Amino acid sequence: MALLEVLDVSKEFPGVRALDGVSFTLRPGEVHALVGENGAGKSTLIKVLTGVHQPDGGELRYRDEPARFATPMDAQRAGISTIYQEVNLIPLMSVAHNLFLGREPRTRLGLLDEARMHREAGEILRRYGVTTDVRRQLGTLALGAQQMVALARAVMIDAKVVIMDEPTSSLEPREVETLFGVIRDLHAQGIGIVYVSHRLDELYRICDTVTILRDGRVVHTGELAALERIRLVSLMLGRDMSAVRREGFTGFAGEHATAADAAPVLEVTGLSSRRRLHDISFAVRPGEVVGLGGLLGAGRSETIKAIGGAYPVDSGRVAVGGRELKRPTTVRAVRAGIATQPEDRKAEGIVAGLSVRENIALAVLPRLSRFGLVSDRRIDEIVRTYMDRLQIKASGPDQRVGDLSGGNQQKVLLARLLATRPRILLLDEPTRGIDVGAKAEVQSLVDELAGEGLGVVLVSSDAEELIEGADRVVVLRDGAVVGELRGDDVTTEALLQTIAAAAEGETPDDH
Amino acid sequence: MTTETVAIRPRLKNWLPAYGVYAAIVLLVLYNVAFTPNFLAWSNLRIQLIQVAPVVIVALGMALVIGTEGIDLSVGSVMALAAALIPLYLGYGVLAAILVSLLAGVLVGLVNGTLVARVGLQPIVATLALFVGGRGLALVISGGRLKDIRNDDLIFLGSGDFLGLPMLVWIAALLVLVVAFVVRRTVFGRRLLAIGGNRPATELAGVPVKRVLITVYVLCSVLASIAGLLAVARIQSSDASAVGLLIELSAITAVVVGGTPLTGGRVRVLGTVAGALLMQLVVATMIKHNLPSSSTEMVQAAIILIAVYAARERKSR
Repeated sequence: MALLEVLDVSKEFPGVRALDGVSFTLRPGEVHALVGENGAGKSTLIKVLTGVHQPDGGELRYRDEPARFATPMDAQRAGISTIYQEVNLIPLMSVAHNLFLGREPRTRLGLLDEARMHREAGEILRRYGVTTDVRRQLGTLALGAQQMVALARAVMIDAKVVIMDEPTSSLEPREVETLFGVIRDLHAQGIGIVYVSHRLDELYRICDTVTILRDGRVVHTGELAALERIRLVSLMLGRDMSAVRREGFTGFAGEHATAADAAPVLEVTGLSSRRRLHDISFAVRPGEVVGLGGLLGAGRSETIKAIGGAYPVDSGRVAVGGRELKRPTTVRAVRAGIATQPEDRKAEGIVAGLSVRENIALAVLPRLSRFGLVSDRRIDEIVRTYMDRLQIKASGPDQRVGDLSGGNQQKVLLARLLATRPRILLLDEPTRGIDVGAKAEVQSLVDELAGEGLGVVLVSSDAEELIEGADRVVVLRDGAVVGELRGDDVTTEALLQTIAAAAEGETPDDH
Repeated sequence: MTTETVAIRPRLKNWLPAYGVYAAIVLLVLYNVAFTPNFLAWSNLRIQLIQVAPVVIVALGMALVIGTEGIDLSVGSVMALAAALIPLYLGYGVLAAILVSLLAGVLVGLVNGTLVARVGLQPIVATLALFVGGRGLALVISGGRLKDIRNDDLIFLGSGDFLGLPMLVWIAALLVLVVAFVVRRTVFGRRLLAIGGNRPATELAGVPVKRVLITVYVLCSVLASIAGLLAVARIQSSDASAVGLLIELSAITAVVVGGTPLTGGRVRVLGTVAGALLMQLVVATMIKHNLPSSSTEMVQAAIILIAVYAARERKSR
């Protein structure tokens, strides 16, 4: 019996065939991975399933009957819940209120039954590993806990199908475990789950079946365990398997030729910031990629931001090419040759409403202008150069960046940084949330840039990326340096050991 | 959420905020030509243009501020302040008086800009302070009295003609061109839009965000003080309690009706002018047809709602 079925569905947008005869079956109690590069049609398929889009052709069947969801509300009422990457709740309201929003228990007088609501909320959330006071404002919870509340809420609405769109992208490892526990519960209750993620490890741990989309078509569907990892990647990419095997999973080529005695291009000495960073020191030589390792909350992003002048620093010094950066601000840092790629692309990276051209030129406008007047000719030159070099796929320089795929947005952001001709590139999760193809491109670009003599600081939660990409890894914990991996020690095992050793005997901090 | 390279937007949704205001003006003009006696008479058009000029000037500054996702409530009070200062310094000559009132605009803008950019107050709160305090100060300066102005040079600015058009209209038109040029062609203009689009991102890109923001508020206040001194020049008296009263609402309306989204990141300068013209035309039409002012306000409200509805734009996808 199928719980939710999509038969030969097509969906066309002006100029693009987003879904082309896609069929997809979800059985009760099944955890079904939906994978594909950005632009493969995953989002569109989800939107068809949840009533956001209406299919142009084909059929949707729900619990063995033809179904038609005119709005997301329709789908939700029928029992199809969706959890998005970003939490869609109300941060200023209490946890319990968020959980019961629109379905609050009432007393006989029709008033809000707060006592019952709090009691039930507490019980429900305990099952999701959230043991907080349910009267707290939701916004004060860690992101992972918020996601659990969202999940609990989604399942509470008598869901038969739960669609999860990259649910773990903002979770800590511990929270991921809780989520997986919940997924197993749902599975046991016969709820069907559609699981979208770029993280292969997770897919193999939690999913039973997989459907791979490419260019709007289903290229493979079947049992996941029977599908070799490397075959999954090659199906997704449409690449030759042997090439994937030969080149490894990441686009990094390996070590960079760095003169060991070259003067460092970036020196960080004793960087401290109230409570978050303690006496962080390291140096980066030209042509070297230094990774910052550690768990979430170890202070990696804060370190990056502090160097880039975007995080308050109490003491310590940052020097570029031997010259100290006095009272660092973002303006001074960029001028000194430090380019920062923030972790949160949408909130701090791209300007979604502006064009590709404006986004790329943003940081270098003064150089491309005379007496404060911008020169479109010079801007177009730069923009064309970087669109070519980074192979940014856009309809043209005038396209809104918000309309591009995640990978292309990231490339636009990198183009903006490179246009400043930096000496140091600070990359915070450069490949997060972008498709496999763009990921490999970004990785090889980082390689290339290091080859040209740039100093790179790389933060990545993807151990593979960190190990293959970096020449050295500085490991942080609780805002302090706890170890460094060099040379042959730069391995996943060594990284995990260093992190684990540092964590030993200490309680994991709560944030 | 994974975004895909697919942009689906119905044509009308793009068209309405960009050109709706022009279409509405054309329709209203056609209606008036057909049904309003003497609408095309030069004396009528002239009055309409003179009346709309101060709103246009103030709305230009407002459009810049709104482009940064801000708002400036203090513009009316700045006009009053400029108006109150004019008679005090007219004894030193027209230029001195004008300079002093412009300087007052610069100071108010610096305060507003500093509160928003450096202190980090929300624009609506930051400018509320001088919305209240500015007019109070103006009343203190003027002693709460209405003062007649008898300086011919100043009066020429407000009531004179040049090449057949009122000076007011020339000045407003010139300022429109300047602001349009600033928005389109200057580094400052592009930075302003980027700040409105995504301030943290612009900051990380190394743009001196605070400086740009302060400059925007200064420009807005200076434009308001120009409107204030022109108002004095036109009515030939300085009345700090009446000059620029409620003009912040007309200015915001003009900007919004002109298709500039309140969420920042985009400024439509010509649209703002058109927005001011449209609202002026609506009022004029209803007066000419002897409709009560209450129904005028209802129509204005409807236009604002349509404009806001049309301009609503998701900031990111």
